Amino acid sequence: MLKILKLAARNLTRYGRRTALTASLIVIGVVAVLLFVAVTGSFKTMMVGQITDSFLGHLQIHRKGYVAAIDTLPLNLNMPPPLVAKVEDALKAAPEVAAWSARIKVGAMFSNFTETTSIRINGVDPDREAATEPLFAGRVQNRTHDGPLLARGEILVPVLLATGFKVKPGDTVVVVATNRDGSVNGKTFTVRDTLESATGPGGRDGYIHIDDARELLRIETPEVSEIAVRLHDLARTGTVVARLETAFASVLNQQDKPALEVHGWQKLSPFASIANMIDLMTVLIKIVLVAIVLVSVMNVMVMAVYERVREIGTIAAIGTPPRRILALFLSEGLLLAVVATLAGVVASIAAVFALNAADITYTFGQQQDIVLVARLSARDIATVSAVVIAIAVLATLQPAWKAARMDPITALRHV
Amino acid sequence: MALIEAVQVSKNYRAGSVDVPAVRSVDFSIEPGAFVAFVGPSGSGKSTLLNMIGGLDRPSSGRLTVLGTDVATLDRTAAAAFRGANLGFIFQDFNLIPVLTVFENIEYPLLMVLDWPLEKRHAQVRAMLDAVGMADQAGKRPDQLSGGQKQRVAVARALVANAKLVLADEPTANLDHDSAYRVLALMKKMRDELGTTFVFSTHDPKIMNEAEITFTLEDGRLTQNANHGGAHA
Repeated sequence: MLKILKLAARNLTRYGRRTALTASLIVIGVVAVLLFVAVTGSFKTMMVGQITDSFLGHLQIHRKGYVAAIDTLPLNLNMPPPLVAKVEDALKAAPEVAAWSARIKVGAMFSNFTETTSIRINGVDPDREAATEPLFAGRVQNRTHDGPLLARGEILVPVLLATGFKVKPGDTVVVVATNRDGSVNGKTFTVRDTLESATGPGGRDGYIHIDDARELLRIETPEVSEIAVRLHDLARTGTVVARLETAFASVLNQQDKPALEVHGWQKLSPFASIANMIDLMTVLIKIVLVAIVLVSVMNVMVMAVYERVREIGTIAAIGTPPRRILALFLSEGLLLAVVATLAGVVASIAAVFALNAADITYTFGQQQDIVLVARLSARDIATVSAVVIAIAVLATLQPAWKAARMDPITALRHV
Repeated sequence: MALIEAVQVSKNYRAGSVDVPAVRSVDFSIEPGAFVAFVGPSGSGKSTLLNMIGGLDRPSSGRLTVLGTDVATLDRTAAAAFRGANLGFIFQDFNLIPVLTVFENIEYPLLMVLDWPLEKRHAQVRAMLDAVGMADQAGKRPDQLSGGQKQRVAVARALVANAKLVLADEPTANLDHDSAYRVLALMKKMRDELGTTFVFSTHDPKIMNEAEITFTLEDGRLTQNANHGGAHA
């Protein structure tokens, strides 16, 4: 095999300019794909991280039917204490789970005693919420206190609402909500801080302590609307969702249907579509790369066979077995692809290094000056390299086969 | 036993719906160690006959035996193996591989066809380079050689695998007079030293006189032979 590769290498140098041109096309293709994968991968990771680490969690557990009716934040679909206990037992048993935060969610009215508007109240345990959503604290604007993000009797007010109502930390506001029985209850809160939305302008999510939420709604048992869960590894979301679904399959409601439902972040956020779009674009650009490699390698190998017809006739006449002629031309395509891919990978790593050294920043939602951290994984490099090399060999197959099957007499007569 | 034996060998080519005869019912035999020329004008069937002897083409009818093997029975792979093990070829245009040096061109059949081990291979190539007087040109590429030198390399390549039979199609057609005679002298010398049978084609009357045996072809028919021993028609 080595001798065939050596001869193949010699043959590639025969038309140096053409080989170099084809190799450069492959290099450009590889660099384009790997850079795209590195940058979009970084953006996707950041975007998903912002969403899951700011408010969503990696997965959430609700009572059956809650997510379908989530716009109305139905209190009658809160999880009662026995269900909560079952969920917590399952979460404690799952080694992938890093933290979880139980929440009570309710639609309410917010008043500064002069004006009133609607607000979506999230009752949370501040410590658990901070552990489950590590970026939650970063959403607090101009934080005025150290320690826990929230104490009993305090509220974190969405920034636009605070601006519109001219509410500032230390002011007193009133939150009014209707409980499950239909009675209207109100409670005064001190504004602790203002809170940015995780995903951009707007957002009407305010946060109070979970015990205050229960008091506001006159809930006497520790029921919750949802449990947000953080995993040690985001990539394990699908596996953990499946495992929890299996674990909860035996927890039935009065209709003998599963009482709980588990959703990964992808099912809960429209940003999952953007992530999917990024994946789709990556696939598309890989297809473009495949086309570049296929066309350029096939072109160069077809020309190589065409220009060496008499030589093929000569080596066939002196007894070179057809399979060895096939191997010779396949080796040329393989070698060209391997060398060009290696060069492309080296250039891509250098480009990623340069990109990261340039400290490029961008804005996502309310998060500004996010530094672009392009990353190339060994898996991405291996996948792209394998695809390029396989396609190059595939593109060489037809001309190589033609060379191997060439009639020596016809080939020797070729002018 | 004859090295080559042809009995009523014919070859027709199809041109559209018409069969065009290239070789018509030729009979001949060639003994080992002979120095034979097929002569005749262009289109007389010389090259076709050489191609059939070399297993590159098959007779349409008749029986053609080379080294005891009926070449018509060999498939593509078997024919390649037969040629690699027994035959050497010299071409009118030299047909050296341009990216390989003189040494590597001569080495090619041992390396890519017969898989000889390195030391044995190199010793054999060096011996051939000495024999054809090209040892001092071993590192050159074909485009750095004269026509005569290229054909010397081609002779060495044809003989390097200890071929029993060397087929040369118009080996002197692209050489000047002096070079042509030197190449023929080399072929004869190699025949004398190695006992290899040489069969070549030519339409040059001066060159054909160098052969010890000549077969004359006209319109695919064997019309006459000048037999000085070693071949029978």
